Amino acid sequence: MKTGGGTLLTLAVFFATTSLFAIGGANSAVPEMHRYAVDVQHWLSNRQFSDAFALAQLTPGPNVIIVTLIGFHVAGVIGGLVTTLAMCGPTCVFAYFVGRASDRFKGAAWHGALSRGLVPVTLGLTASSATVIATTSSYSWLALAITLGTAITAFFVRVHPLWAFALAAVLGLAGLV
Amino acid sequence: MNSSLIPAANEPPAASPLPATDPTAESISAPPSLAELFIAFAKISLSGFGGVLAWARRMMVDERKWMTAEQFNEAYALCSFLPGGNIINFSVIFGGRFRGALGSAAALAGLLGPPMVLILIIGAIYSHYGDLPALRRALTGVASAAAGLMMATVAKMVQPLFRNRAIVGPLIAIATFVAISIMHWPLPLVLLVIVPVSIAYAWAQA
Repeated sequence: MKTGGGTLLTLAVFFATTSLFAIGGANSAVPEMHRYAVDVQHWLSNRQFSDAFALAQLTPGPNVIIVTLIGFHVAGVIGGLVTTLAMCGPTCVFAYFVGRASDRFKGAAWHGALSRGLVPVTLGLTASSATVIATTSSYSWLALAITLGTAITAFFVRVHPLWAFALAAVLGLAGLV
Repeated sequence: MNSSLIPAANEPPAASPLPATDPTAESISAPPSLAELFIAFAKISLSGFGGVLAWARRMMVDERKWMTAEQFNEAYALCSFLPGGNIINFSVIFGGRFRGALGSAAALAGLLGPPMVLILIIGAIYSHYGDLPALRRALTGVASAAAGLMMATVAKMVQPLFRNRAIVGPLIAIATFVAISIMHWPLPLVLLVIVPVSIAYAWAQA
């Protein structure tokens, strides 16, 4: 583990910048985190990244805590705190001031255009996140079957994530993935 | 994620008539204190797997009556187009509305503090045992299922987008996907081009 100030600064700058482009939440930024943490900085392997994603999914709370885990992996507890603060700080300050002024925005025409314009972009980002996770976790046939099986089931019926995760973990433990 | 709405299925029907004997049923409770804000968001955070929206609504509107259903929807709609996690923005706006900047900080600390402690413990365990084949296989299974859940979300979002023979919306979604997943271009670069185009088009259509 590297714990130098330079690494912490790199973490802080990257996650603060990325947070401003995380439309629809932290999961939209998963491909960007993968690109930077795995491909550019080589902080994590593909395997470690998809494990971090899985562990964050298994932990209750907002999806954003995947960044805590990435920061922890790179620079220990301080790293986890720095990345989380960087990922949440700028957007929270922004939200605070927008919230204060929100009455003035009510019913504004650009409000509708903004949300309608962001829908297709969020869609493309979510599809990218699913692709990144599916392709970094495993290339086995069973992993692909779990992904597609979960996708089809969750499309037609409401599936509680924990049931899907539990079943998938058991299939993995059975040595089939 | 759509799966975040599941806990709502366990709630009593929202439209059930209020008991006539309760004249205060429509009114809103006293504003929460800083400690109440912290505890409320910590509870929301720890009860929510795969999204915490449904739990937030249940506590804010049904249990504590800190806001009406309309106020909740308005505040949440506002959060959904701000950058960052919806529920994180919601905690900041909600806490700030009642107790200013300190209220925002208390709500945010409640939402993020407990899961951060948990994930740091999990991370420490993982750094010792992450190489165990059994753990690796189990986590691969979980990641595969999580990818599947996101695909289902995408499939549900796609349906309304393709209505009315729309072309531009789907093209923007595909362009975003290609730029990020296939070209591996940096997210800020991609969004600085695509978002203005998409919003300008939505604006022109209105």
